[in-house]
Amino acid sequence: MPTSWQEIFDLGARGSALPAAEPESEERRRGVFGRLRESLSKSRQALTEEISASLFDRIDEETWERLEEALILADAGAPTTAEVVERLEQEVESGAVSADGDAVRERLIEILAEVASGGRSPIDLSGEPAVLLMVGVNGTGKTTTIGKLAWHLSKEFGLTVVLAAADTYRAAAAEQLAEWAQRAGAELIRSAPGGDPGAVAFDAVAAARARGADVVIVDTAGRLHTQGNLMDELTKVRRVIAKQMPDAPHETLISIDATTGQNGLRQAKIFSEAVEVDGVVLTKLDGTAKGGIVLAIANELGIPVKLIGTGETLEDLRPFDPADFARALLAE
Amino acid sequence: MFDQLSDRLQATLSDVRSRGKLNEGDVDAAMREIRLALLEADVNFKVVKTFTKTLKERCLGADVLESLDPGQQVVKIVNEELTGLMGGTGRDLAFASNGPTVILMAGLQGSGKTTACAKLARHLGESGKTVALAACDVYRPAAVDQLVTVGKRAGAAVYEQGTDADPVEIAAWALDRAREEERDVLIVDTAGRLHIDADLMDELAKIRKRTKPHDVLLVVDAMTGQDAVGVAESFAEVAEFDGVVMTKLDGDARGGAALSVKAVTGKPILFASTGEKLEAFDRFHPDRMASRILGMGDMLSLIEKAEQQVDERQTEDLQKKLESDRFTLEDFLQQMRQVRKMGPLSGLIGMLPGMGAMKQLKNADVDEGELDRVEAIILSMTPLERANPAIIKGSRRKRIAHGSGTKIQQVNQLVKQFDQMRKMMRQMMSGNAPDPQQLAQMAGSAPRPKYRRR
Repeated sequence: MPTSWQEIFDLGARGSALPAAEPESEERRRGVFGRLRESLSKSRQALTEEISASLFDRIDEETWERLEEALILADAGAPTTAEVVERLEQEVESGAVSADGDAVRERLIEILAEVASGGRSPIDLSGEPAVLLMVGVNGTGKTTTIGKLAWHLSKEFGLTVVLAAADTYRAAAAEQLAEWAQRAGAELIRSAPGGDPGAVAFDAVAAARARGADVVIVDTAGRLHTQGNLMDELTKVRRVIAKQMPDAPHETLISIDATTGQNGLRQAKIFSEAVEVDGVVLTKLDGTAKGGIVLAIANELGIPVKLIGTGETLEDLRPFDPADFARALLAE
Repeated sequence: MFDQLSDRLQATLSDVRSRGKLNEGDVDAAMREIRLALLEADVNFKVVKTFTKTLKERCLGADVLESLDPGQQVVKIVNEELTGLMGGTGRDLAFASNGPTVILMAGLQGSGKTTACAKLARHLGESGKTVALAACDVYRPAAVDQLVTVGKRAGAAVYEQGTDADPVEIAAWALDRAREEERDVLIVDTAGRLHIDADLMDELAKIRKRTKPHDVLLVVDAMTGQDAVGVAESFAEVAEFDGVVMTKLDGDARGGAALSVKAVTGKPILFASTGEKLEAFDRFHPDRMASRILGMGDMLSLIEKAEQQVDERQTEDLQKKLESDRFTLEDFLQQMRQVRKMGPLSGLIGMLPGMGAMKQLKNADVDEGELDRVEAIILSMTPLERANPAIIKGSRRKRIAHGSGTKIQQVNQLVKQFDQMRKMMRQMMSGNAPDPQQLAQMAGSAPRPKYRRR
């Protein structure tokens, strides 16, 4: 069974009190999975859910080269690719996996799913309020993700959400988040442009506590991990949040654009040195990029993907499922 | 450690020097390392394959120079090939002979189009052109607001019709307006779109048809991985872009996408965006990108060291000059040019001789435009003036300012900063640590505060 919303969120004490949301119908899931790689308005050749047939037509020397090529093209990176291919090759050669297309394909999915599950854990929303901090490089989809997340939490779980417009730098950033807040039915806390991001976060948590809201999601300005002073600023925002509420933020997510190459690994590494990154939101998976860099992130840093973004509307957010991801990674 | 490509290559080719020539086995081994380095840099897998094939041919039979070890020699060849691939026949921006020049900006979501629009507007405005921006992104929340704000900052007019109008109509209307108001340039900002989104790609084609742009620019994020090729090919087909703007180059992504896009579409990278400030926008330098892709950002890479051996005498002379205060603006110009040749400035300025790797300077954003100005000013000086800046007063200042297309204040500032720098170098020669504030002041025209001020 693919990962459900219930599984990806740890709602703490709230969990039992809420009515169980309807488990997703197989139809809807297939439809959504299909949407992962194709949408009505995009003209594409019909995609199958199966891994490209040509990869495992025959099992010979070229199989491993083709597999290597497929994984590199998916941005898995040379080290992770080498690891996965060597492992599978060895298992086939030793006879642990029989040398036929189906068996090898299935085993590959298993291995990839395993790698993608590194550090796997739910999103901690047990806090009262639960505070979630969104970080990442410019343009990766933080604000849009927050809008979608807020919508899901309020729609699927009936939670009250407060959004903190702590991106006080980008032109019209607060206006952008305000639009999402309106769509998602969440409250917005903001300051004047150029204000202190920490202060906005602080105020938002305070407001949420005062009103008894369930979740606070803090948006931050996009920043490159190479900008030391901006990474310091992020550490400071985190500290300020903790001043308002000692365990907060309970969850810090980094948004990684699926089109990102090997730099994604650096991003995750440096950001987690500044703030404790608990998970990745892999965005823009509705494109042709496969987001294979998350394999390296999970493998080398133990930071798991928790959510995936598949478009620009409110509904385009899904819990990350390692097996689904593994299959999509190698499909054409 | 074997981080540097040249280190790794050297380890692989360790016994070549004695043989004096690279044989096929050597070259294959070298190609493996290069392939890895390029993949690490996000160059597309297929582009790497083609590239290493060409490279292999060049390397086979290449003579090993005396001053360079085989690893360095191979890297030198790779560097040259990459530079050639990314440079060569490109074109500059095309301008209209009458009426407004229309520049259409396109790209994926989050690539940095809107910021790039404002930067380009400012860049063109600097050369005296009047610029207008058309807000054709009606989908992304507050996109229009964003363009209005940054457009204003860039000194450009912004034509918008909110989010209820059709982007194609907005573009057409904006062009009419630009004509009426006799703007020199109209930059059309569009919504980020997936190359596989038929509807939106269709919209882009329509905007193109209606506005007949003189330049269509594809905005590409420097951290883009293997997907760059697919994106570029699709946009080339539908939007027929003329050139690329590479963004977020102030990060540490190696930027292999630049090579991929050029290799696959033949379209040149025209501009490099190197920060969030509007000024962080420059012409693209293929040689710097080549070094960056190969992971050779450090000026003291082995190749430089090898070439430096030849320059050792010069360096010694330079050192003597600094100590005896005979360091002139001419010397400064030469040093600056050498440094600029080697890579993007931020982080490198601390490597000017005598400075050492000053950490304070790593965060000092250096404005490339500023350095172009400095160069121009020095070039407008006579050799006597460069040797003895103290004589630069009154009419000389005026002449220099006029000759370099700068203001008298800027000439004054340079002379003053140069003086400060000489004092500082003398201090360091005599073993005193320089004042970080002063250092920062030198690197940029204004002191940098501790937190980024925008």
